[in-house]
Order: sequence, then C-alpha cells, then structure tokens
Amino acid sequence: MSAPTSTTSLISDEVRELANQEYQYGFVTDIETEVAPRGLNEGIIRLISAKKKEPQWLLEWRLKAYQHWLTLTPPTWQHVTYGPIDYQDIIYYADPRPKKQISSMDEVDPELREMFNKLGISLGEQERLSGVAVDAIVDSVSVGTTFKDKLAKIGVIFCSFSEAVHSHPELVRKYLGSVVPYKDNFFATLNSAVFTDGSFCYIPKGVRCPMELSTYFRINAADTGQFERTLIIAEEGAYVSYLEGCTAPMRDKNQLHAAVVELVALDDAQIKYSTVQNWYPGDADGKGGIYNFVTKRGMASGRNSKISWTQVETGSAITWKYPGVILKGDNSVGEFYSVALTARRQQADTGSKMVHIGKNTKSTIISKGISAGHGQMTYRGLVDMRKSAVGARNFTQCDSLLIGKDCASNTFPYIEVKNQTGQIEHEASTSKIGEEQLLYCRQRGIPEEEAVSMIVNGFCREVFKMLPMEFAVEAQKLLTVSLEGSVG
Amino acid sequence: MLKINELRATIDNKEILRGVNLELKAGEIHAIMGPNGSGKSTLASVLIGRDGYELSGSVEYEGQDLLALSPEERAAAGIFLAFQHPVEIPGVGNMYFMRTALNSLRRGRGQEELDAVDFLSFAQERMKLVEMDPTFMNRSVNEGFSGGEKKRNEIWQMAILEPKLAILDETDSGLDIDALRIVASGVNALRNEGRAMLVITHHQRLLDYIVPDYVHVMAAGQIVHSGDKSLALELEANGYVGLTPSLAQVGVAP
Repeated sequence: MSAPTSTTSLISDEVRELANQEYQYGFVTDIETEVAPRGLNEGIIRLISAKKKEPQWLLEWRLKAYQHWLTLTPPTWQHVTYGPIDYQDIIYYADPRPKKQISSMDEVDPELREMFNKLGISLGEQERLSGVAVDAIVDSVSVGTTFKDKLAKIGVIFCSFSEAVHSHPELVRKYLGSVVPYKDNFFATLNSAVFTDGSFCYIPKGVRCPMELSTYFRINAADTGQFERTLIIAEEGAYVSYLEGCTAPMRDKNQLHAAVVELVALDDAQIKYSTVQNWYPGDADGKGGIYNFVTKRGMASGRNSKISWTQVETGSAITWKYPGVILKGDNSVGEFYSVALTARRQQADTGSKMVHIGKNTKSTIISKGISAGHGQMTYRGLVDMRKSAVGARNFTQCDSLLIGKDCASNTFPYIEVKNQTGQIEHEASTSKIGEEQLLYCRQRGIPEEEAVSMIVNGFCREVFKMLPMEFAVEAQKLLTVSLEGSVG
Repeated sequence: MLKINELRATIDNKEILRGVNLELKAGEIHAIMGPNGSGKSTLASVLIGRDGYELSGSVEYEGQDLLALSPEERAAAGIFLAFQHPVEIPGVGNMYFMRTALNSLRRGRGQEELDAVDFLSFAQERMKLVEMDPTFMNRSVNEGFSGGEKKRNEIWQMAILEPKLAILDETDSGLDIDALRIVASGVNALRNEGRAMLVITHHQRLLDYIVPDYVHVMAAGQIVHSGDKSLALELEANGYVGLTPSLAQVGVAP
C-alpha cells in the first residue's frame, strides 16, 4: 500500500503533551546586575570602553565600526521573517558581578555558581568536567575562567576577551578584525561597536592543548543584547579543541545575540570548534526567544592548517549564521559539520562559506537539517574557488528531514569556481520521517517518542561523531529533548 | 490465542476487509493464501495496529481487546510481524536497534534489561539460525541490504524477540531457493507449542518448507475456504479460479 504523505496522524497524544514541555533552562537568576541605560549612541560605546578600561586604539576601532554601522541597513535576503528590531530599546551592557575583583573561581558569587550548577556546568575545577576548562560568560561579562593557571604553564592563554585586551594587547591588536573586519556585515559591524566580552585563546607554537577549552554563554538579564567576541589563535603546529554552549531564560520579548568568532590557524595548526547552541527558542506560538545572528569565520592562513566547525543548533527563535573558512594556506583544510533543528515556530537560515584561495585546499560541508512543528529550515552555503586555488576540492552534502506536515526546508547552494582544476561534489536529499520507519520501530516494541529520537539521531550520526565524546552524548540528549518539546 | 470476529477495515472509503473470521491456537501454524488485493497484507497491518483504517468487528488476543492497543503495546504483548518490505533506517545500527527493541519489551515485562555484552552473545547465537554474517549487526537497519538479506534480518529479529504470535507477510517473496530454505529453516527452528504463526504467502512453495496446520484462502476481504495443507496443493494445481462462486457470494465481480 502506498504511504500517506502526512505523518502527523501517527503522532500520539503523549507526544503532543510533551509539546507543551517547558524549556529546561528557562529560569532567571536573581542577581544584582549593573546595567547601562537602554539605547545605542556614541556615549554608550564610550561607557562600555571605559567600564573595561580599554586602550584608546580599541575605543577608536569601536567608534569607526559604529560610524560605519550607521550607514548600513539590516540585510533582507535571508529566508526568515521577523519584525524590525528597535536598536534603541536594547540594553548593551549588563554586568552581574559584584564590584570587587575576584582572584580565584572560589570567590565567584554563590548565586552565579548555583546558576551554573543548575545548567550542569561546574565552575569547580575538581568536579565533573575535569578535562575541560570553562570560561563562563553571563550577559556582557566573563564571570570566571577555570584552569587558567594550569594552562598558562604550557603557554596556553585562555581568558576573557576583556582581560586579554590588558594582558596581551599586542595579540589582540594584531588579530582583532583580521578575519571578520568591522565592515563585514550589519551584525558583525554592530558587534564590533558594542561587543562586551567573550573568550580569548592563544596556543603557542608546537603546543597541543591538553584539555578541551570551552565557553559557556548565558543571557540572564532582561532586555539585554549579548554581543560577545571570541578570538582563537593557533600558532604553527598548535592544536586546540574548543566548545561553546549557550542558554537563556524564557522571556516573552525577543533578545538579540550578535556574536563574532574569529579563528586563526597558522602553518600546520589545527582548530576544532564545536558549538552546542540551546538558546531559548520561544514558546509554541513563536513568542519570545533569542535572535541568534552570528558571524563565525576561520582563517586557515598557514600551509597544511585545518579548521573544523561542528555545530548542533537546537535553540533560538531565529538562527542566522554561516560558519566558514578562508582557505588561504596551500593544502589547508576546512570542515563544517552541522545539525540544525527547527521546531515549534523556530526559523533558521544557516550553512557554511568555504573560500578556496591556496593550492590544493580541501573543504567538506555536511549539513543535516531537521524541521518539526512549524519549523522553517534553510541551508545556504557558498563554495568559492578563486583563480589561485589550483587543485582545490569541495564535497558538500545537505540532508533535510521533515517531521510532520507544517514544517518546511529549503536548500540554496551557491558555487563559484574560477579555476578549471577545481572539483566540487554536491549531494542533497530531503526525506520525511516515514510512517513506515516509525511503525517498524513501534512494531518491534520501541515507544513512539524513543523511535522518533532514534531515527533523528541516526540521521545526524555523521555529525555527532565529530563532536568531542562527552558533548556528543549531551548533543543527543539535547536533540531528543528539543524534539519532545515540538512534535505534534 | 487469537480470535478474529467479523473484522472489517475501510481505508479511503474502500472496504478492504469485509468480515474476516479466524481463530488461532498456541502452537498452530495457519497459512493464508489468496490473489493480489484480497486483503491478506491489510489483515497483517490491522493486527499490528497500522494507523489509518476504520475498523469494526473485534479481535481478541489472549483475552485482551487487541484493537485498543498501540503498536508498541501489541509488540510488548508478543505480536511480531515480519514485514513484506522492511524499511531502511539510516544511521541506526542493527544491533543497537534490536537491543533497544528487546529491552523495551523486557522493561514492559518487568525483566532486567540486557547490557551490550550479554545482548551481543545472544544476538550472535540467534544469527546462526538464519546463517547471517555477524557484520550485519554493525550495519544500519536494512540499509543497503539485498532483498534476501532483509528477509533473513526479519527472521533474526523474530528469533531475538521470541514472539507468541508471529505474522509472516510474504516472507518468501523475492527469495531464491537457497535463501528460501534458510529462512524457512529459521522459522521452523522457532516453531514451538507456545507460539502461533500466521504465514501469508502467494506460493505453495513456501508451505513445502513451513508446513502449516491449516490453510485459508482469502478473497475479496473474506476467508472463503479453509482446510488442511492439501488445500494449498489444490490451489497450486487449479489456481483461484475455483473460488469464483465464492467471490460471487460476497458480491464482487471476479
């Protein structure tokens, strides 16, 4: 018999009930927070810069970005819809810290520590994630970084961006904006003007960073935007694996998160950057949630360098990002592995950008998009092979999975090749979670919710296996929870 | 064990089952034969709880109202279907899939779950029944399997889940003679006093290997003839033509 085209009839009442399940990280922590007045103007930028006691050159860089931003209009080409953002109604600086400086993680405000415990992130160095160093960022500031001293012994610098501006100004000045210039795009320009904190990592020549470095982003205060900036530099022959995670409270109003991440890999260096993004996605009617408008780019500037992005995106009301790699060094490698889920009324326009400049450069894009509920999922990717990129190769695979009949998925691949020796392979597929697959699992005794999660996890397996082990487990759970909250 | 009474099933305003009556006891093997479109596979679908049918009549299974149960509850109650067209599930390992399935059933029965090591040795032992290569466990469920491999995989699953009532929906279709022999001997090895089987097939050939206690002929949504295994041979010789009067009786043009 022929399979019906809709699968919703199979979704039981239990699953539908789960659709109303609350977002797990939606709590608000009551912390005394110092906030700047609402709105954006030169005064606010000077205030942020002054709060952070920044050098003059950085303030000037911010102001140049701001002046440029004033000439820009928000992009409209992305396949998502949302009302206009009132940039004068956003708070650009919120600091949850007590006034005094802390010298060790033990002095972190107990309420902040409790907040991170609730999120499953330990700020105690002896506890669970002992192989992972964490930089914890709440709203606009870093509240602490673990294992800093231990890492310093082998020359690895891992600290908040604000701290790096003071302790390693020469490195910040050299690389800030070198991959994502302040004129790059509307949101990157805004970020350049108002960025508040983020993480900074520097791995010296020949050092293989012995632990995972991670940043945990948390938006806590209401009506604030989070504009963080992360900069990772791997010197010749260095290696680092880095992970970011993010959550936010449930609020009725949308909150803007416009981050910039810049990675620089010199000769023979390797950077592996993994993201588990779980910003509040908004409620079932699409009210509230984070606008996640992020610019992430790596510069594989050295020979044989390698940059990999792995992302699991389950949160945010709107996700709009294209982590990419500029393959400048000969034989350099760029990779992008992505699982993106849109459920409820979430929208995503995401993909990757691979720019081949050096000879024999190689890039791989594996994108798995899952839409459920009323989710809207768009893959958009650019593979650009310049004239100099002799012998460049790209492999792209975009797979979409639809759950239910009210969701949608699109694929927009852009390919530009100015070199006859370039090789590009592109594969795409769209499938529905089959009624047959579900029935098959259930006939074998596997309950429906577990069956959905099993099928989806199978679909994503190629990407999950790229994640560091413990985060792969987290990612699977996260996906399961996100789906439970959305099918029906 | 199973008592089907005046079962009717309609889909898209078309009545496919038009009053099926059938009774199976533990330990019995019943074969259902019949021309294409007679409702054999629909009967299997209704018994495992496929959605989309309007139903009337009743199905009693071990004293329970079977039609009130979800597909997974029916599986937990011991009903198994070897699918005619087993579906592929990319990225989900065969072994993981079956361990999850078995442990779901065990949980439901209040038994302890099997860990990966115990499951592996049990699964490997069961693979011998259908002469499958252990590497099949590491592959994704049915992905890239040949027709014969899929059918063997179904019987392997049956051997693991040890159902009380096994329904085999055209398990012989698409099998060459060697594969047919392997699948049939796997099924025979699972034959026992506590287990009933309902074997749906087009061909008498399968019944040379899996010898049924009863043979039923289905036509136009009803069981129109029942007999012992000699009925299958008769059908092989004369085809379904002899049933035309019965078709007329149920009001369908031949």
